[in-house]
Amino acid sequence: MATITIPTALRQYADGSASVALEADTVGALLRGLVEQHPTLGKHLFSEQGKLRSFVNIYVGDEDIRYLEGEETPVAGGDVVSIIPAIAGGMYV
Amino acid sequence: MSDVTLSNEEIARYSRHLIMPEVGMAGQRKIKQGSVLLVGTGGLGSPLALYLAAAGVGHIGLVDFDVVDSSNLQRQIVHGTSTVGVAKTESAKRRLADLNPLVEVTTYETQITSANALDLMRPYDIIIDGTDNFPTRYLTNDAAVMLGKPNIYGSIFRFEGQATVFYPKQGGPCYRCLYPEPPPPGLVPSCAEGGVLGVLPGVIGTIQATEAIKLLAGIGTSLVGRLMLYDALEMRFRELKLRRNPTCPVCGEHPTVTELIDYDQFCGIVPEVNTLSNQYEITPGELAELLRSDARPFLLDVRNPYEIAIASIPGTDKVIAVDQLPERISELDSSVEMVVYCRSGMRSGRAVELLRSAGFHKVKNLVGGILRWSDDVDPSVAKY
Repeated sequence: MATITIPTALRQYADGSASVALEADTVGALLRGLVEQHPTLGKHLFSEQGKLRSFVNIYVGDEDIRYLEGEETPVAGGDVVSIIPAIAGGMYV
Repeated sequence: MSDVTLSNEEIARYSRHLIMPEVGMAGQRKIKQGSVLLVGTGGLGSPLALYLAAAGVGHIGLVDFDVVDSSNLQRQIVHGTSTVGVAKTESAKRRLADLNPLVEVTTYETQITSANALDLMRPYDIIIDGTDNFPTRYLTNDAAVMLGKPNIYGSIFRFEGQATVFYPKQGGPCYRCLYPEPPPPGLVPSCAEGGVLGVLPGVIGTIQATEAIKLLAGIGTSLVGRLMLYDALEMRFRELKLRRNPTCPVCGEHPTVTELIDYDQFCGIVPEVNTLSNQYEITPGELAELLRSDARPFLLDVRNPYEIAIASIPGTDKVIAVDQLPERISELDSSVEMVVYCRSGMRSGRAVELLRSAGFHKVKNLVGGILRWSDDVDPSVAKY
């Protein structure tokens, strides 16, 4: 099982969970498993073409998957995968 | 460096710095000779301005166009009750003058724009990003990269903060290496949710101030190439590696952005045009009259549950958070007159568009939301 940490900005789309543990071989499979559990997270992580959004970064441990193998980056049991979205501060409507 | 000296008054004031060998007289003189531009004098800018002034940074520039509001004081500790209604730059300057009259403070009561950013930044050694929106973040980043200056970045949202130092001139990445593109406005969770734990910008702003003082004094290991993450709810600090993107449009090997652009457009923000025609809008005054008449409309609140606990319009018939509207639309009756509201009228405007496209033609948006309802109709309804 790998653990995905969910940032505060997106917890509202994941029933408030701070992290979710899932079984998967790659980062891409892990994220798609997460979206299966929490469908409303989908549009915040993936574009309509199914690509990871450019304002959401994914890290395995402390390394950005863009500098590993992208969504094909393998994950092992015990890995921590982090979703790090761009945040800007206090806007409120 | 040798031309800057410390007076006996300064030696007494900064003595707790001077007796540390890592800072000493040499480090304190560098801090005194240093200059820092703070972009934003809000949540992050408050602790930044206070600590940089207290530390004896010789010249501090403050850029902000806003005035102090009582809702700022939960976190913007450089301001005070006595300066509510005063320009934030002026309010901060007064506080800094009391804290340390030996530092020079220059205020710029203006919005930083593509037209003035380079001129504002040029006189300063270090730029600090204490802004609260994406267009200004990209603008601050790009201008700092073009001028070859370090940009000390901090960002906050609810209980979570990020901080790092962008310094491409010294080999590190810039903000665009981290996030090449901003989120489209409709998808930014901060717009729909907002809010920030008051002490959070204190933690992140203080990290930024620490990095500024270290850079000026030339000591320690900076956050260049590392993104510091802070989760206040879990009380956890983490650190991620940041790499320079060789294809970065601003700091990469072949930059394509070589002058400042229109950052509102880049961030997908279009000048506020009213997409709803008047037919689909109602003012608080008109709604109040309707609610007193026999033609009482169905009143739908599209805010989040925790907002309902703060304030509501009396007589609300139903609450469905705007995010849930698409899946719960079947709970609504398109044959009845309906008025939709939220805090400011933004989310309810989106809700009305969504309802119209789903075949609801008797639906209106309450212009100005609860805020204007409180102003125009019922001041006993709290504004938040």
